[in-house]
Amino acid sequence: MPKLHSAAELEQLRADILASRDAAKPCIAICAGAACHGLDSLRLVSAFEEEISKHDLGAKLDIRATGCHGFCERGPNVVIGPSNICYFEVKPDDVADIVTHTVNGEVLGRLVYTDPATGQKAIHLDEVPFYKQQTRLLIGDNIKIDPLRIEDYLALGGYAALSKALFAMSPDQVVDEVKKSNLRGRGGGGFPAGLKWETAKNAPSEDRYVIVNGHEGEPGAFMDRALFTGNPHKVLEGLIIGAYAIGAHQGFIYTRHDSPQLISHIERALVQAEDYGLLGGDILGSGFRFTVELHFDVGIFVSGESSALMHSIEGHPPEPRPKYIRTSVAGIWDKPSNLNNVETWANVPQIISRGADWYAGIGTERSKGTKLVSLSGHVANSGVVEVPMGTPLRTIVYDIGGGVAGGKPLKAVHLGGPMGGSIPQQLIDTPLDFDELAKLGAPIGAGGLIVMNEETDMVEVARYLLEYLTNESCGKCVPCREGLRQMLKILTDITSGKGKSGDIAQLEDLSDVTGAACLCALGKTAPDPLHSMFRYFKDEYEARIAAGSAAK
Amino acid sequence: MSEILLQIDGKAVKAVAGMTVLQAARAAGIAIPTLCDHPDLEPYGVCRICTVEVEVRGRKNDVVSCLYPVARDLVVRTRSEKIDKIRRVILEELLAHAPNAPDLVALAQEYGADRDRFAKEPSFCILCGLCVRYCAEVKQKNAVGFIERGVRREISFIPEIAEQECWDCQECFAICPTSAAQAAYFLTEALAFPGKRKAHAHDVSR
Amino acid sequence: MYASEPTAIGGEKVGTAAMADDRIDQIIAQHRGKPGSLIHVLMAIQHANHWLPRDVLRRVAEALDVPFSEVMQIATIYKTFSLTPKGRHEVQVCTGMSCHLRGAARLLAAVQRLLGIRPGETDAERKFSLETGSCLGSCSLGPELIVDGTHYGRMTPDKAEDVLKLYR
Repeated sequence: MPKLHSAAELEQLRADILASRDAAKPCIAICAGAACHGLDSLRLVSAFEEEISKHDLGAKLDIRATGCHGFCERGPNVVIGPSNICYFEVKPDDVADIVTHTVNGEVLGRLVYTDPATGQKAIHLDEVPFYKQQTRLLIGDNIKIDPLRIEDYLALGGYAALSKALFAMSPDQVVDEVKKSNLRGRGGGGFPAGLKWETAKNAPSEDRYVIVNGHEGEPGAFMDRALFTGNPHKVLEGLIIGAYAIGAHQGFIYTRHDSPQLISHIERALVQAEDYGLLGGDILGSGFRFTVELHFDVGIFVSGESSALMHSIEGHPPEPRPKYIRTSVAGIWDKPSNLNNVETWANVPQIISRGADWYAGIGTERSKGTKLVSLSGHVANSGVVEVPMGTPLRTIVYDIGGGVAGGKPLKAVHLGGPMGGSIPQQLIDTPLDFDELAKLGAPIGAGGLIVMNEETDMVEVARYLLEYLTNESCGKCVPCREGLRQMLKILTDITSGKGKSGDIAQLEDLSDVTGAACLCALGKTAPDPLHSMFRYFKDEYEARIAAGSAAK
Repeated sequence: MSEILLQIDGKAVKAVAGMTVLQAARAAGIAIPTLCDHPDLEPYGVCRICTVEVEVRGRKNDVVSCLYPVARDLVVRTRSEKIDKIRRVILEELLAHAPNAPDLVALAQEYGADRDRFAKEPSFCILCGLCVRYCAEVKQKNAVGFIERGVRREISFIPEIAEQECWDCQECFAICPTSAAQAAYFLTEALAFPGKRKAHAHDVSR
Repeated sequence: MYASEPTAIGGEKVGTAAMADDRIDQIIAQHRGKPGSLIHVLMAIQHANHWLPRDVLRRVAEALDVPFSEVMQIATIYKTFSLTPKGRHEVQVCTGMSCHLRGAARLLAAVQRLLGIRPGETDAERKFSLETGSCLGSCSLGPELIVDGTHYGRMTPDKAEDVLKLYR
């Protein structure tokens, strides 16, 4: 594959790819995202391949193994393009029927979505209630892309934004556009990305770096993996644009070691991008050079913290740095390092292509764009959801999520994982917004939204989250290591019926110190779930403690 | 070298760019407690007991003074109800492990820390890192390091190196605030190379 | 504290097989003199050999010019690295938040009972190693059991028994 040396060559290649494809030809897209893969969807892919070859239907039908479609609860998912007929819970035995119906231009009624309440069927993706209410700007392309084929991404307009940035915009203009869009970090910090880019760009240094934080350690968050595994080029394109804007020639992708699919898709994307001249030296003939290294977390939550992550990239233990200097000024090897989350980077190409004004038109006044949400817990329709910022949580949980599984009453939703908080059912109309949710003590975090039914033990939830952090703390600083240890002991006693009066005061005392004095965000925010519990569910704690004391 | 004027506990203090608040305070005769700080070592920032309140452009923050850089017009408070509570609780958390360590006991008195607040887990090591850092930065032997994570974090002597280096040195023993370092060394010796410590030429026991 | 080399009951050293030895030599040679590659090297060796013998860690420290104490810190701070031989089958129970709400604790208790080991342990015959994971990213399948990378979703203690039977 000869390298592309200009914007025109890229567009020519894109035109050639599109010309070689028949847009009307049916394409069977089988989801091989994490959950569907876990339901053995690759066996489905083989079954489809066999069936098509058996009947020599290659000229009539395409098939494609894709990344996550989103509706994980009803997998294995199959979507028949171009009209996007959706089939759910597909088994290998269904393959022959699906192929026959598709060839005949018919719909296989027994596998389409049926509304559990009304019995109404929904055939096409934009009719299915789960998908209908979403705005799938980032994850929507997943059904059209085989992650191992860059051509699929190019066919959808991929790398046009990079081309525009390199040839029609100066680095400063790119930074300005991202600032204007008010894109805020999607990893949990919610910090304006444009400002961070500017800091890294202007910090005095010969070298500077850009980093993708693909660690996704927050339990219950799986949308970064869904996006990165399903559409690695989108994230990569955003990264290259950011590198150009900031003036970085070296990038790092930091991700988990435990998903072989994720790793192979990223590796393949890096190789293909380089083959095509979209990465490496003289990108698209622009003179800009940029290379990317892949690094791994090998199993500790704290390595998702930016300074710990950078330490790890340097080859050191993943311990956060206590120094008071921002990593965007002095990060990896003390050079300015701009770190952003997978989803944040994925937003960049569309901001460049369609403009900051367009982007800022989506969302609320201070939270722009769409947000990926991992919906799980006691929800009927768990999966990866994408909605505009400002969408009420009620819409996400009920209209998209189908409400609580088994029709049970909702008790609470939890956002932000072990560094977030739980809010009660009464607040379910709160909009998905960085600041609104932070005010309530349940910050968006990475976007994991855990639904909890009325049987949920809220004391146990706090205990579980503290136990999680106790196991994931690096152990370096006293108020985290020791503070969490003592808080966990008290909560364990309360949950096992050994609560004593004064326990809540003890917990608050310990929380105050841990929240104020810890070295990094893990420790500082560790008491936050408990704070939300005391804010909204205190009577449950008091009753538990009273019952425990009474039991003596 | 540029001079920087800041305020610590209401007192005007002159410092030099590049100094930390702890260094500036000490130079001005203002005492701030520390446990993991040492003049020959890089600041580590893990005990958190040197926490102070700083105010910059009207915004207050709790920071560790051993690492926070001095800045013009910085307003520092080394004592307050909140800071004293932070120090008290940190001491109580550490006293659970080393209830008789002199430094801890003395500070406990000053801050009203209750030695018996938390159930005892007498590991003695407070993970200040002085031994590890001293061996790495000053002796450059790396005979002792940290292993594990969270509450399982502990110091660990490397037998192969300790066998060669430690008996002749022993410098970290004096630095350790709780005697845990020497205990760890001797336990390692007993388990890994009993009777084989590298001794002085005139040592009659060999 | 200080761990001695594990040995099999017959007294032969349970060390690296000859083939894995070559692979380890290759990995180390590839990264000689590059301290920043420490984690990559350990990952590659763990993957090829299923555990990190102490003498191999010493060689890594020497080859990459990293203090042995730092190699030991990294080898012990991460769950994935094992300083003792792992079992033939690696069993993981996801204990992420969603799985926890869907009953992962009960599943874990059952798996512990069935295998006779706790997370982080390997059984005496080196047949199974058990670990918990959080979060493994397929929350819709919770609670989940993963054996040698194969996912078994929507598990119950009874179903877990059937799954583990396949590997006994």
